[in-house]
Amino acid sequence: MPAPAALEVTDLVVTYDGRRVVDDLTFQAEAGRITAVLGPNGAGKTTTIECAEGLRRPASGTIRVLGHAPGSTQARARTGVMLQDGGLPMARSVRDVLALACAVRPGARSPRELVDLLDLAAVERTPVRRLSGGQRQRLAFAVAIAARPDLAFLDEPSAGLDPHARRDVWSLVRDLRESGTAVVLTTHLLQEAEELADVVHVLDRGRLVAAGTPQDLVARYAATDTLQITFARRPAPGELAALGRAAAAGAVERDGDAVLVRDLGSDGPHVTARVAAWCADAGLAILTLRAGGGTLEHAYLALTGRHELDDAGSPGRPGAGASDGSAA
Amino acid sequence: MTATRRVLAYARFEAIGILRNGEQLLVAVVLPALALLGLGVATVVSLPLDGTNRIDLIAPGVLALAIMSSSFTSQAIATAFDRRWGVLRQLSTTPLGPRGIVLGKVLAVLAVQVLQVVALSGLAVAVGWRPDLGGLGAALLTWVLGSICFTSLGLLVAARLRAEAVLAVANLLWLALAAIGGLVLPADGDTRFAVPLASWLPSGALGDAMRAALVDGAFAEVALVVLAAWTVACLAAAARWFRPTE
Repeated sequence: MPAPAALEVTDLVVTYDGRRVVDDLTFQAEAGRITAVLGPNGAGKTTTIECAEGLRRPASGTIRVLGHAPGSTQARARTGVMLQDGGLPMARSVRDVLALACAVRPGARSPRELVDLLDLAAVERTPVRRLSGGQRQRLAFAVAIAARPDLAFLDEPSAGLDPHARRDVWSLVRDLRESGTAVVLTTHLLQEAEELADVVHVLDRGRLVAAGTPQDLVARYAATDTLQITFARRPAPGELAALGRAAAAGAVERDGDAVLVRDLGSDGPHVTARVAAWCADAGLAILTLRAGGGTLEHAYLALTGRHELDDAGSPGRPGAGASDGSAA
Repeated sequence: MTATRRVLAYARFEAIGILRNGEQLLVAVVLPALALLGLGVATVVSLPLDGTNRIDLIAPGVLALAIMSSSFTSQAIATAFDRRWGVLRQLSTTPLGPRGIVLGKVLAVLAVQVLQVVALSGLAVAVGWRPDLGGLGAALLTWVLGSICFTSLGLLVAARLRAEAVLAVANLLWLALAAIGGLVLPADGDTRFAVPLASWLPSGALGDAMRAALVDGAFAEVALVVLAAWTVACLAAAARWFRPTE
């Protein structure tokens, strides 16, 4: 008999002023996996997570947190929460915050262990308000994992961080998964979800519109049969036309800084080889080259029917995610 | 880790926060001490002494002011900013829970008030205060009622207003109630600060009951009933509207 899911949300309905902001939502999050909950602003993801954290009461439906009611002492004792706004007292030192975090949770690590784990020794006596964004995120993360939670809710864990700090946080989240914790991640950064999540649930207008691994969602909703290429320099129009002739496939067009070769058909590997060879001959250096072209962002946009993302911190348009090389 | 130890840990965290905060110390100890010396020792302001020593009349009122400062002003401001930063929501997700938060805050206030009372009473005795020790029981009851009443009021204000508004309202109310609310000076006395009906305010009731206890060694029944009524009302309102999870 399989172990019960760490988080079980069944037929959840939440209403504001008679309007359903979460509408008959059912999903699960399992131990040792990162479950991302995605959706545009107002999709109901934060409301859902707040219900699971015991901060909000649903109109109907059931939630089980590690087999307990949300907000119960048993659930709280085994749950770690990283709120989007941090939940940190600005006037208090890192040391004070960690001491309290460990004192109110059973079986917690020591503050010293958290300081070492999150590399906070240099700012131990510093008030929270004087910490950098990355240090604050690390501190909020330390608070969330103080008691080695079996279930961790992480709301926008890398929001506002530079790429280096973001990757540090991602590494911590992966470590949490490796330790067997069920991680529920809400984020507007689709690259974050694509990098971290084992399972993605996409919400729109309070309803679950898709669920699966990032690869599943891309295959189902964003398979574009496209070659996406970024170059070291911007190709001239004549070069694009020549590239199209060399590819001998569908249309060749610009997509921001990238170039798309569409309609590869069954000849995709050969088209890719011809494009790469032509670029080498033409002295057009390739930075990234991705066959298929679809990303989680494409899938997300297709699922939520939005043409642009709500959050300024998220990638601005399809294709941009590949330009830093990480998704290529 | 028992629930009691969690609450005590949070109360300690809160109390240390109050004691390390310069502005809160100013309102909780320094200004009451200045009021004690300015009104109880200096003779600039005319007081309805009626045969009572100046310091004997003023010291109980200053203790009442100190109780209001730490219960209401400090708590309202600290809690409002805790809400804004999401501190209470974060703590609500821990085993401490919303009830533990409220209990911890109340214990922190009481702990700070013990220090306030010791410091201010010591200063008052040093400058000649001789309280009627027969009224200690009444004074303790007044202290507890006043503390619960004003802490509830502080949490209520923090729950309903933005942090900046709380900062303004809490400081203005402190000033108004200290000056004309019957707290430091008798509300119905023969001074230019006397305000009709001030005795029916929680501040006036707190001040009157404290003076009756420590000047005359008496239970001021009317003042205590008024204070108890305000306490029940403020407690009920805070229970209704103060939600650490919001």
